Amino acid sequence: MPDLIIASVMTMMTAATPLMFAATGELICERSGVLNLGVEGMMLIGAVFGFATAAVTGNAPLGLLMAGVAGLLASLIFAALTLSLLSNQVATGLALTIFGTGLSALVGFDYVGETIDQIAAIHLPVLSDLPVVGRLLFGHDPLVYLSLGLLAAVAWFLSHSRWGMILRAVGDSDVSAHAIGYPVVLIRYAAVAFGGLMAGLGGGYLSLVYTPLWAENMAAGRGWIALALVVFANWRPERVLFGAILFGSITILQLNAQAAGLGIPAAFMSMLPYIATIVVLVLISRDAIKIRLNAPACLGRPFRAER
Amino acid sequence: MKYLVKLVVVMFAAVLSLGAITTASADKLKVGFIYIGPPGDHGWTYSHDQGRLMIDNMLGDHVETTYVEGVPEGPDAARAIAKLAETGHKLIFTTSFGYMEPTLKVAKRFPDVKFEHATGYKQADNVATYSARFYEGRYVQGQIAAKMSKSGIIGYIASFPIPEVVRGINAFMLGAQSINSNMKVKIVWAYTWFDPPKEADAAKVLMDQGADIITQHTDSTAALQAAAARGINAFGQASDMIQFAPDTQLTAVLDHWGPYYVKRTVDVLMGTWSPGDTWNGMGPGMVGMAPFTNMPSDIATMARETTESIRTGAFHPFTGPIYNQAGELVVAAGEVAPDFPMLATMNFYVQGIDDKLPE
Repeated sequence: MPDLIIASVMTMMTAATPLMFAATGELICERSGVLNLGVEGMMLIGAVFGFATAAVTGNAPLGLLMAGVAGLLASLIFAALTLSLLSNQVATGLALTIFGTGLSALVGFDYVGETIDQIAAIHLPVLSDLPVVGRLLFGHDPLVYLSLGLLAAVAWFLSHSRWGMILRAVGDSDVSAHAIGYPVVLIRYAAVAFGGLMAGLGGGYLSLVYTPLWAENMAAGRGWIALALVVFANWRPERVLFGAILFGSITILQLNAQAAGLGIPAAFMSMLPYIATIVVLVLISRDAIKIRLNAPACLGRPFRAER
Repeated sequence: MKYLVKLVVVMFAAVLSLGAITTASADKLKVGFIYIGPPGDHGWTYSHDQGRLMIDNMLGDHVETTYVEGVPEGPDAARAIAKLAETGHKLIFTTSFGYMEPTLKVAKRFPDVKFEHATGYKQADNVATYSARFYEGRYVQGQIAAKMSKSGIIGYIASFPIPEVVRGINAFMLGAQSINSNMKVKIVWAYTWFDPPKEADAAKVLMDQGADIITQHTDSTAALQAAAARGINAFGQASDMIQFAPDTQLTAVLDHWGPYYVKRTVDVLMGTWSPGDTWNGMGPGMVGMAPFTNMPSDIATMARETTESIRTGAFHPFTGPIYNQAGELVVAAGEVAPDFPMLATMNFYVQGIDDKLPE
């Protein structure tokens, strides 16, 4: 029984990790006042370029790096359109998702059915062999730690660093931030780029670690879940962690319940992750004022510097 | 002036010959395929595409093939099938169970087009059905699994609760029970044919719960790879997936559609096509086994012997006594389960499966 619990927790963490990457990036993006609905598209672009790089060079870490870079470049298209050309953020974000889905399918066409050497779980002598905590603390694949580390860094950045506060100021009142003399558009460019980088890494995690293969549309809605997670988390990093793990656990637990033969209809179990998302969103939106207090005030609004 | 006349004559001739060529290619029989996944899944769709390529290779002078990939089982399927029929395809293979009703619907609208539906059971004047007896291979897999497993628990990733899949689970368990009557199976229904991350999740969960052999009735290589990452033995599906798990794949049930596709295409070319149902197994070669790898030689020998006796018809995987979960005798000792209705519509688990079949 303890073995089952440990093993299940390990599997849940792998399910939570891609969400954590993408949601952490989107959190920074939205905190700067930009709503980028293209997460799913950027994840797919990251996944396919990461996989293609790994397949061609045989170097999975390099593939991961490329996944991040590809996501970042895709997000810059979005940034140029919305921040420099002031296009509508919602429409542009949706377009980015559609573009990403198509582009990844096109690029990935030749890589369907290829194999790569996936990034394996780490194994530290002594530490990973400790009973119970050994595997739980020291037995994941390196990217689980990377995602947790980046989330912690973002949490620290937002609440304790000068630039983090400037970023929030830009998101809460672009006009004031501009009046004080901060380069609003530049800061938003950086935030969007970070979001793209993280979404790309999340996609790379899917195609390089989760299932070391490329399949069309393999993100399968995880980008949208990451977006919902940011709202769910009320734009706070520690809640992103909680939300990602919650969602990852439900995804895995419903399969666990099936495998254990608990007799609950499988079709119902498959709905659970989505029901949970809706329930949680309903619960937190009961307190509308609190949401408004936490949401970046300028979220989704275009900004043009008046001189 | 002379030159001009010459030029016109030459051009006219060129246009004529061009016309001749295009009519020649229009005379080619157009054969269409509807795929549920991408041909690169290295599983189900891949093996159908290998069959299509065999038509190209053998009948390329008379036939032109087309495929539409990733067609969901639903209203979209009817549109994709109709599109092929409208564009002059005279023989259309629809290669997934869920295309059954859409195929029949479209077939009604195009009486002069021949349709072939894989794994279904409803025929019409211009709709034939065909399938392979994959369960023969799954019985062999069950025997191997029982020999190889230390935990005594098999992890089974199923797609949809349809007769085809249920038959596979039962055959697998009958094989396993023939070696060790206490073998347990844990079943996860993925409710998809092709969703690599979900297939991998299912494999991981099954391994978490103690399964040390993974088998799948979904189409991608993800489950096999997830098992390989933990050094767990697994079976490939629909084609030899050994390159995805060189140290862990035990064998795979192979689908050989090519000969059937070529035969049916020739039938249409000769005008001798007729509807009906084809359900072939190892005997006629529609089902095969990948090499028995990553197992001791005595187990490989046993697997080869079982395969051989199924192939020659000496042994049928569904030979009684077979009991259902309620303990009722459904096939008497020494008897063989009939194709119709029992095998074709199988909707019960055999005794020893500790789970409830979804509705």
